[in-house]
Amino acid sequence: MTTTAESPAAEIGKARTRKEDARLITGQTTWTDNLVLPGMLHMAFLRSPYAHAKITSVDVSGAKSMPGVVAAFSGADFAEEQGSLPCAWPVTPDIVIPPHPPMATDEVRYVGEAVAVVIARDRYAAADALASIDVSYDPLEPVLDIRTALDEGAPKVHETGNKSYEFVFPTCGDIDAAFSGASVVIERDYRQQRLIPCAMEPRAVVASWLGDAVTLWSATQIPHVLRFAIAAFFGIPEQSIRVIAPDVGGGFGSKLQVTAEEVLAVLISRRLGRPVKWTESRSEGNMTVHHGRDQWQRISIAADSDGRIRGLKVDLLADMGAYLMLLTPGIPLLGAFMYPAIYKMDAYSFRCTGVFTTKMPTDAYRGAGRPEATFVIERIVDELAAELGMDPLELREQNWIKHTDFPYTTIAGLTYDSGNYEAATARAKELFGYDQLRAEQAERNARGDSVRLGIGVSTYTEMCGLAPSRVLGSLSFGAGGWEHASIRMLPTGKVEVVTGSSAHGQGHETAWSQLVADQLGVPFEDIRVLHGDTQISPKGMDTYGSRSLVVGGMAVVSACDKVIEKAKRVAAHMMEASENDIEFVSGRFQVRGDPEQGRSIQEVSLATFAAHDLPDGVEPSLDSDATFDPENFSFPHGTHLCATEVDTETGFVKIRSYVAVDDIGKVVNPLIVDGQVHGGVAQGIAQALYEEAVYDEAGNLLTTTLADYLLPSAADLPSYVTDRTETPAATRLGVKGVGEAGAIASTPAVVNAIVDALRPFGVRDVMMPCSPERVWRTLEAARASAGQQSATSSNGGAA
Amino acid sequence: MTHIKVTVDGVSYADDVEPRLLLVHYLRDVLGKTGTPIGCDTSNCGACTVLMDGFSVKSCSVLAVQADGSDITTIEGLANGEWHPLQKAFNAEHALQCGYCTPGMILASADLLKDNPNPTDEQIRDGLEGNLCRCTGYENIVRAVRRAAQAGAGQ
Repeated sequence: MTTTAESPAAEIGKARTRKEDARLITGQTTWTDNLVLPGMLHMAFLRSPYAHAKITSVDVSGAKSMPGVVAAFSGADFAEEQGSLPCAWPVTPDIVIPPHPPMATDEVRYVGEAVAVVIARDRYAAADALASIDVSYDPLEPVLDIRTALDEGAPKVHETGNKSYEFVFPTCGDIDAAFSGASVVIERDYRQQRLIPCAMEPRAVVASWLGDAVTLWSATQIPHVLRFAIAAFFGIPEQSIRVIAPDVGGGFGSKLQVTAEEVLAVLISRRLGRPVKWTESRSEGNMTVHHGRDQWQRISIAADSDGRIRGLKVDLLADMGAYLMLLTPGIPLLGAFMYPAIYKMDAYSFRCTGVFTTKMPTDAYRGAGRPEATFVIERIVDELAAELGMDPLELREQNWIKHTDFPYTTIAGLTYDSGNYEAATARAKELFGYDQLRAEQAERNARGDSVRLGIGVSTYTEMCGLAPSRVLGSLSFGAGGWEHASIRMLPTGKVEVVTGSSAHGQGHETAWSQLVADQLGVPFEDIRVLHGDTQISPKGMDTYGSRSLVVGGMAVVSACDKVIEKAKRVAAHMMEASENDIEFVSGRFQVRGDPEQGRSIQEVSLATFAAHDLPDGVEPSLDSDATFDPENFSFPHGTHLCATEVDTETGFVKIRSYVAVDDIGKVVNPLIVDGQVHGGVAQGIAQALYEEAVYDEAGNLLTTTLADYLLPSAADLPSYVTDRTETPAATRLGVKGVGEAGAIASTPAVVNAIVDALRPFGVRDVMMPCSPERVWRTLEAARASAGQQSATSSNGGAA
Repeated sequence: MTHIKVTVDGVSYADDVEPRLLLVHYLRDVLGKTGTPIGCDTSNCGACTVLMDGFSVKSCSVLAVQADGSDITTIEGLANGEWHPLQKAFNAEHALQCGYCTPGMILASADLLKDNPNPTDEQIRDGLEGNLCRCTGYENIVRAVRRAAQAGAGQ
């Protein structure tokens, strides 16, 4: 066995390359679609070509006679057992949660909704047979615009109407007083376009029954939640369900779902007594993986003439799509706490109306509610600065919470534990060359350059590390926010770490090894991290909401504490010393004052395994579990600065430089952290410049392929300058979440830069995505309007 | 059915395939070479990129019958005793997160470096335009290709 004579160097903070990479860069992966089981069949779904229609008949008999086809079913064939896909977040007592059968039975409400399924020997035969299914539809009017969906006489998505809920945040402060006495009030309508998450791995599912127990492999972020949901909502005993999330190729919230295809795979496999697999095509995925964002946001800000913010009013219309999926109604409300952001103010009000349309349901997408909030607050603070003739950073500094004010309870009632907006902003300005760029901008504006320089600011914060269970309870959320971990001490001195977090690209196998190496004093290489299989990792709340390290990491170190506590008793016995005299230093138990005498944790592990001579009453195991429930959210923050070159003749926007200074507290692995920031920033830039899910007037999704839905390539994106300030969170590890920060921060930075470039022309907003055509049209409209105004004023002068 | 002979990662195969079978499905479903993933159905994402007679192709856009007589290298056959310089560089620069685009990204980079052993960052970005990644924002992919070039991957 290995013994560690010397203490390993501190692992936390080290830029370790990832353990995960060895299999991923050599193609030795376990993506769900790789799986082949004896007798396995393939499923293909026939999907609705209508946004809204009554189903008058479905005839699958033609498909059944096709070669290689084993079975074909319509929704009616599963009506008795398929139940309704769950919504775990009834945000108001009177929320409308319509039934959502995995396969439609009598009415379809979005293009792509599953209507029938073919099960065949291979994927080609299954796809071929879809054409032999006859479905008759009686088309109904689609509902596509949430701004008119609540009008009297509007066609109804569901019999109950198009309103799902109206949520009013408890009023904070005297909002009327804040606005009525204000020198400046600005109101704007902003648009969060609908986005498609587009994780690179399409969804895939395999279900296989053995006797009365089922194993479900799924490209999911949430094996534990999925297991619970299948048990709770589809009548399969929980102890008979094993869910495995093998290698999962990205999620970004899109795989935080209980999907129709997962449920149907389980039910169909049971009925046929054969394993079944389904793998979506990208076009199918763009239509039927839940979408993100899609809100109209009305925001009003009131301020004094010197720039002090008095109050903020937010009124949202949020597109739920056709049904409420797992977290659909709660997503906009995750932003409710965040509109006041880093600013002090006297009053705040928030209202959100959830509206049904005949489109794919929306749900979590990287940031989930917080990007939407950050976008509008950072946009309108820029508008306020322009109105007051102030520098946008000076206005922010005047209003933000000072570093000496922490802990600080915001007007929305959150208590931010830590932060230093001054430090992050100073560092970002320095790296960006803020003053020089402002000077260049003034010079180019003065000479009427046809390509304008814009400078965009985003001083974001967010709430993550989801979440304190009692807070989730108070928000009517259907589960807790804790996380679980186990440490297994193996006889040879090696360590298995079992985590309830379920990584799908985040690098937990590496980062958790670093955490445990420091806690237990064992070599990084001697640790293996296990996750993503409910039989190996029986308890967990999975990975989303930048929670894994903040919550799951704490469960890991808490479990390590218990191992050490247990091992200390054994070590004391081995050394014939009193437990009170033993200290644990870098992987070694030693007697205080006599460091020569000691036992390594590996030696204690072996002695415990042998169990020949344990103290009375001590069980022969050092293995320990811990479940951690956070006291508070995590509040990363930072300052992102973006410089854009905007061609006023073509509307083309080029990002010239991008600086991200983030404060995520203590860093476990800077390599992984930078990667998270890069990817998040890219995704936020993609929202600002490129991406939009577009439906036509009949409710057809036009952006079903990656030729139409513009995921940016390397050629479309800039290089990023990243740096950090470090204000530890007020927790034991001092860490904050980082998975979503980049995506939250970058979208307003880019749009602020574009508007900043075009403000001399009278442009006050450009709707996302800021494509060349849209920028050009906005500019043309502003020029025309300015031309009219100057014509009017010169006419007036002549008169 | 059409009879084809293909060498994949140094092993010769002979199979009867449907004329419509895509090369990527031949690799994955017939040969069990699942290191090559599928990310889209319109040849936009490049996840399925392999080398066919030394040139990068998107294996979703090649029929298995078109590969008859050719020599295919997938991510599974790139290492030669030790990791290829691109594999080493992708690991060293943290140029992958979920890893789904990585096989295609590495093989497209291999072809890029064969044509241009010392590309500028801009040439790397343009050269990888046909390969999409949702995790990394490309920053570290560009660094990894640069690092592999410096290690002589394109020589």
